[in-house]
Amino acid sequence: MVKQIYSKYPMVKYLRKEALPTALCPGCGGGTVLNAFANAIDQLKIDPRDLVVVSGIGCSAWIASPYFLADTLHTTHGRAIAFATGVKVGLPDKKVVVISGDGDLASIGGNHLIHAARRNIDITVILVNNFIYGMTGGQVAPTTPFGAKTTTTPYRNVEHPLNIAEMVAAGASYVARWTTAHVYQLIESIKKALTVKGFSLVEVISQCPVQYGRRNRMKEPAEMLRWFLKNAIPISKAKNMSPEELEGKFIIGEFVNRERPEFVDELNKLIDEVQESFGLKGE
Amino acid sequence: MIIRGDEPDQIRLLRKLYKPGNYFMMGDEAVAYGAIFAGCRFYAGYPITPSSEIAETMARELPKLGGYYVQMEDEIASIAAIIGASWTGLKAMTATSGPGFSLMQENLGYAIMTETPIVIVDVQRSGPSTGQATKGAQGDFFQARWGTHGDHPIVAVSPVSVEDAFWETIRAFNIAEMLRIPVIVLFDGILGHMREQIRIPAPDDIEIAYRKLPRNEEEAKLPFGDPHGDGVPPMPLFGHGYFTHVTGSTHKENGLRDVYTPEVHDRLVRRIHRKIEKNRDVYEKYEEHFTDDAEILVVSWGVTARPSLGAVLKAREEGIKVGLFVPKTVHPFPGERMRQLGKQVRAIIVPEMNLGQMILEVQRFINDDVLLKGVNKIGGVPLTVEEILREIRGVA
Repeated sequence: MVKQIYSKYPMVKYLRKEALPTALCPGCGGGTVLNAFANAIDQLKIDPRDLVVVSGIGCSAWIASPYFLADTLHTTHGRAIAFATGVKVGLPDKKVVVISGDGDLASIGGNHLIHAARRNIDITVILVNNFIYGMTGGQVAPTTPFGAKTTTTPYRNVEHPLNIAEMVAAGASYVARWTTAHVYQLIESIKKALTVKGFSLVEVISQCPVQYGRRNRMKEPAEMLRWFLKNAIPISKAKNMSPEELEGKFIIGEFVNRERPEFVDELNKLIDEVQESFGLKGE
Repeated sequence: MIIRGDEPDQIRLLRKLYKPGNYFMMGDEAVAYGAIFAGCRFYAGYPITPSSEIAETMARELPKLGGYYVQMEDEIASIAAIIGASWTGLKAMTATSGPGFSLMQENLGYAIMTETPIVIVDVQRSGPSTGQATKGAQGDFFQARWGTHGDHPIVAVSPVSVEDAFWETIRAFNIAEMLRIPVIVLFDGILGHMREQIRIPAPDDIEIAYRKLPRNEEEAKLPFGDPHGDGVPPMPLFGHGYFTHVTGSTHKENGLRDVYTPEVHDRLVRRIHRKIEKNRDVYEKYEEHFTDDAEILVVSWGVTARPSLGAVLKAREEGIKVGLFVPKTVHPFPGERMRQLGKQVRAIIVPEMNLGQMILEVQRFINDDVLLKGVNKIGGVPLTVEEILREIRGVA
């Protein structure tokens, strides 16, 4: 089976053969994200040796770590961005990418997410939002839609979901949101995020038919993708819509794309200035 | 491939910035300078009394040496960032106090499992909880040992003076690098805020250790193997094209996760233990005063070792045959030496600024016929010579 995939699929050169097949459930959006990421790396001709991928805990954290063949750091729950901060300061010339889920990055790791955006450190975050804690058994997440059913909201969810892309937009250099039904746009956005200097976030709304769909009348993966397509509203169109009209919709597109001073650059500039002022530059 | 802090240029900078000689400084500052001389070039931290002067000193000094100070959003992020930085080849440290140390415990376990060399300074303060935030204490003895979950070894060193803080921090870095482990500096708020004269040596007079790096591709492919038989795997750093996979989950020698095979977990965790057991000469350190003919022994650590020495000197003047044993590496406890001393004396006194923690370690290594007595004081005020002397007289 592994051999068959290996000969048929060109992107597989970016994967750790010995870690395959993946542990992802059939129909999971994680495969699409991995595929899109590999394609973005391929199209940008980034050497995987110039890449460090960091992830936290959960299904989405597994997408690139261990499967992507690069230096990969699989960290504690919620802390991927904090680990990645140390990696980026140590290796400013490498691309440092965080791939993890909504529970990991926006719930337990929410604080690190906003502060990395504030710092504008040159890390690309691919946040896979499947509205649920998948690996722990389908409990309610901070992204679970209002009224949805999960194992810990068996009657209905009475909390409002967090709008991740909008929350991060305050500080980051680049923010975009797509769904797994918008693969080509997703690849383009990941490419941009990898190229932009500064903190970039690509939120991918992804299907979890096993834990989310099954409990919310969408047990087939395709049903979930149809749900994404039907409810996806481009950001340009969303601007003219009322909050009531946007209830339950997924706003997709690019939220932010701008230049701001980047953290590690600034740190290195500071070091230069300090060394200059103390007369410490090499003779 | 280099470990940053190792470049010849660093020695030039150290020489230029810090002339050898006597300095007057706080314990916290001495920790920071120790780290700088040990080659630490990455510090991530979050302010907390009474450790903040370490961060402040690092923020001021590191840029001069081309090093990085990053103030993180919390303590969890701080230890995470130094682990990340360590995998890129930077010598890295964080410092904190009680509550912050509690927050770091999960990632301390991560550093143990992934065999990441880092240094964590805990400037102990009074607790539980916020306690007396600005007061020193010695209540984290077992938090350092057992704070994180699972079966794990730990190495913790504990300085007894401001000058000692400089040297023990350097030693902590050397142990961390030699054994590829996190090392804890169990410091305390009293010494942290105390000012004393310390002698800063020339950088060339300090022995500095660096982690073992893979000698070839084959070794690099086994980031958790044991090619040299000493339990310490060479560390393939990120960014060198080795495609290293690092996970806190149970992993095989090649780094890939395997949480189902009992043997894999057994092999990994036992090796992590074994490398600490086997390399005792790397980290074991204790001081002894007047133990040759001692009939009574005072065992003390950290800040309390100083009034203890004062009490022992005074008791000697009175003709009492008392000695002092000071573990400088408190974990793993120097049990073998403790056992020998326990056979020699008839009474042991253990003064500590807590309600009795290290005394339990002492107890493990002595027989029932030895009188064992703690001298315990809490409330943020250090033990005095008189208080300890009184107890010595009591058993004399």
